[in-house]
Amino acid sequence: MRHALAQNIGVMRRMFASPLAAFLNILVIGIALSLPTGMYVMLQNAQGLVAQLSGTPQISLFLSMNAKTGDIDTLRNQLAQHPAIASVEFVARDHALEQLKQSTSLADVIGGLSQNPLPDAFIVYPKSGDAQALDVLRNELAKLPKVEHAQLDSAWAYKLEALLKFGRMAVVILASLLSLALIAITFNTIRLQILTKRDEIEVSKLIGATNGFIRRPFLYFGAMQGLLGGIMAWLIISLSLALLNHQLKALSELYASQFVLRPMSLGDSLSLLLFSLYLGWLGAWLSVARYLSQAEPR
Amino acid sequence: MIKFNQVHKRYPAGNHALKNVSFEIAKGEMAFLIGHSGAGKSTLLKLVAAIERPNLGTVLVNNQNVGVLKDRALPYLRRNLGIIFQDHKLLFDRSVFDNVMLPLQICGFDYRESHKRVRAALDKVGLLKREKSNPIALSGGEQQRLCIARAIVNRPTILLADEPTGNLDAAYAQEIMAIFKSFHQVGATLLISTHDSSVLQDTRVRTLELVHGELQTASPSVTSGQAASAGSVQTTDGTTSHSTGSGQT
Repeated sequence: MRHALAQNIGVMRRMFASPLAAFLNILVIGIALSLPTGMYVMLQNAQGLVAQLSGTPQISLFLSMNAKTGDIDTLRNQLAQHPAIASVEFVARDHALEQLKQSTSLADVIGGLSQNPLPDAFIVYPKSGDAQALDVLRNELAKLPKVEHAQLDSAWAYKLEALLKFGRMAVVILASLLSLALIAITFNTIRLQILTKRDEIEVSKLIGATNGFIRRPFLYFGAMQGLLGGIMAWLIISLSLALLNHQLKALSELYASQFVLRPMSLGDSLSLLLFSLYLGWLGAWLSVARYLSQAEPR
Repeated sequence: MIKFNQVHKRYPAGNHALKNVSFEIAKGEMAFLIGHSGAGKSTLLKLVAAIERPNLGTVLVNNQNVGVLKDRALPYLRRNLGIIFQDHKLLFDRSVFDNVMLPLQICGFDYRESHKRVRAALDKVGLLKREKSNPIALSGGEQQRLCIARAIVNRPTILLADEPTGNLDAAYAQEIMAIFKSFHQVGATLLISTHDSSVLQDTRVRTLELVHGELQTASPSVTSGQAASAGSVQTTDGTTSHSTGSGQT
């Protein structure tokens, strides 16, 4: 046990024997890992936003400008009895204008209008959230008399969802490629380490060291380098999020909303560290295995 | 302890290093392997430690056929052997103490106990005062003694030494030989290769002579108990034939 400890300390000493080289390696690994992880964090945030916005799908029915009160009542009854509709909300044109004046900074522009440009509208809450059923319902409602336009409000959310799927795939590809890069970096670092330790390996083998004994310090080194790279990636992401949130605060104040990028969750952070540790270990293992298979005395 | 049975070793390059070599060294015996350089002494020692494998014949160490040992089993064979290398193979990135510590680390020896053992081994070869030095600061004779300390720290039952007095002057060589004799006295089995006839002068031990890969005078195996009576005759024999051998080279 104490020997293993001594070996560990030896690894550390070796690492800090050339601190600049070690730091550069860790930085490269950190940057390589932070790219897909950062993208992943952004996607998580976007996904949260989509879930928030598209939680209840709704269809907006804009009536034609010449719709009379009678037409509106008929339509209200028709909608209320429709089997696929959960509830209906009527938004009178004057009310809509009033809301618009309050919620945005367009009050001045609206005040200058000679007449209300907004139509009367129904907001329909369908029972089903299924994309296809919503589409069928939207088409059906669009054909009702006095309905000028039927808009599925959550359509954009579905488009965004598709976009997110695309983004997730991009993250997977990027993560795979950069994981390979991490393995390659470790492989090469360990290969160089082995070259400087060739004498030690040879002597150790000649006096009865198992391959496991020879492998161990290099595996520690690889895993340690991977872990430090993971910590570096975490710091890069956390710092970037803090900087982005600072800017985002000003931006979201302009839009009168409260949107902040959430940092990485504890689970995601731990996964990142474990994954980077494992990749470093794997790179080292491959490197030592390759060397040992060549160095075996015949 | 060590038994060669019709062993042949041919290197891929084509030179036939050992031809039909058979001999046996009993437990607790001390034997010298002599011959001109290139006669196959190093190859023979490498076969014992399974650093090389024979092409034909069997090499038994502790009744184990080391020629067919699996790679995975090799470390455990070598832990029973103390090997003193011709080129020392010392590590210059660590102290004298840590060089001797290495075999114990490899075996996973108890940490505190291993410190005692390292000091005992260094004391035995007279290097205790240099334990903190780097081996590069040691003289040739001291480096050789350090190599011996590393080979014995594990208390192996068999000691193999390849040209341990190779490029040392006579006084140092006698010192090294005295150390080997003290191991022999405590029951270790030793096989020492040398081309240096001077170290054999007052020894009463068995010699094996290799000439171009063939064993010349394989005196019958004697146990250490019999060595006093039977060994004296054979030694004169061995020394004579060796003198002619070294005269040729």
